[in-house]
Amino acid sequence: MSNLSASEDANAIVVCPDGPILVRGDFEIVSTTGEPLPRTRRTVALCRCGASTIKPYCDGTHKLINFRTEFPADPEKALPDR
Amino acid sequence: MKTPLARGPVSSLLLDQLQQPPSEGDGSSVLLDRIRLSLATTADVVRDEDLQLALFCLYELNYSGLDDVDGHWEWNPGLLGARQLIESAFEDSLRSRVPLPAERPLDSDGVAALLFDLTGKDSGPSMSRFVAKRATREQLDEFLIHKSIYQLKEADPHTWAIPRLNGRAKAAMVEIQADEYGGGRPQRMHSALFARTMRGLGLDDSYGNYVDLVPALTLATNNMMSMFGINRRLRGAIAGHLAAYEMTSSQPNRLYGNGFRRHGFDDQVTWYFDEHVEADAVHEQIAGRDLAGGLVESEPELLEDVLFGASAVLTVDGWLSEHILGCWEQGQSSLRPSVPEAA
Repeated sequence: MSNLSASEDANAIVVCPDGPILVRGDFEIVSTTGEPLPRTRRTVALCRCGASTIKPYCDGTHKLINFRTEFPADPEKALPDR
Repeated sequence: MKTPLARGPVSSLLLDQLQQPPSEGDGSSVLLDRIRLSLATTADVVRDEDLQLALFCLYELNYSGLDDVDGHWEWNPGLLGARQLIESAFEDSLRSRVPLPAERPLDSDGVAALLFDLTGKDSGPSMSRFVAKRATREQLDEFLIHKSIYQLKEADPHTWAIPRLNGRAKAAMVEIQADEYGGGRPQRMHSALFARTMRGLGLDDSYGNYVDLVPALTLATNNMMSMFGINRRLRGAIAGHLAAYEMTSSQPNRLYGNGFRRHGFDDQVTWYFDEHVEADAVHEQIAGRDLAGGLVESEPELLEDVLFGASAVLTVDGWLSEHILGCWEQGQSSLRPSVPEAA
């Protein structure tokens, strides 16, 4: 039996381009007061675009609103005007 | 499942043969000759009632089997030859008609992005918008009857691919399928949730009960998956098929749920659809990047088939939606008559 290193065995958060954040492994999803939120599957996709109808989970709406996550070509332009 | 009624000379010969005990020197040469004749004369193998039903029954021997048919027929060389004849014409027809995108990405993010782009394009009439806003109570029944042919064995055609995959693609496929099969809870299997929805509308949820009512196109959408899944050489196509299925599921299922809620059905009936809104938003990411993309990274020569499998879903399922919505727009049923005319 091989020994998994800590990094190989760790929980993983996958940041999906133009999409949600996948969380895989052993973890809990709780409210700000520590109450567990409803969860029915091991690996979940958390909404990142803000438009999901089933937050905190993703429902694919990011595709309809053309949500983009890539860095802007000129980061200065992404900053609000001062 | 219960043995369907024949729809023409090929399915008639096949179903007669399946009633006999398998033996050496069986009547397969007659069957093979009849298939060759039908293939030479059919207007369209994808819409051929007789050939699609025969292919469906041949695949069914690999799934739950046909009632009162000897299990040894599954690997009978004559029947495998019959299957390959129809399969080969079916595959050729699909390859000549399914459009492929021009791009050829070779990393997993690129493959996922291309698949999301491909599946995000508007491809014809929308079944989900129709069901959400306009479908009558009877049309909801029809909708479920078409879907029941696959959804009562949901995920099974893709499971054939697991031992043909390796590493990242295999782990991705298993992760998706474990969720499809309820994560160890039989009552949460997607096929079980679909059966619950059928019962909620007063439909019979036994597997294959409505095969006689669905047209060749409905069988073709199922046969395509079985062909991609059962043939190892088509593992790229089944990976692409699953990715495209998952990528075209979350939002349509939200709308399907709305259609059933519009008719007053409760969350027991809509559970199946509601479950898919959340599940497939997870699955589409894994299927696009790790399954399809991971497979292309490890076997780049499969890229073309991944794209073929994905585009084939959009094309053939699109033809089926066109058929159903076309019938409904004219106030007709999209199903076959329940008592077929004598052949």
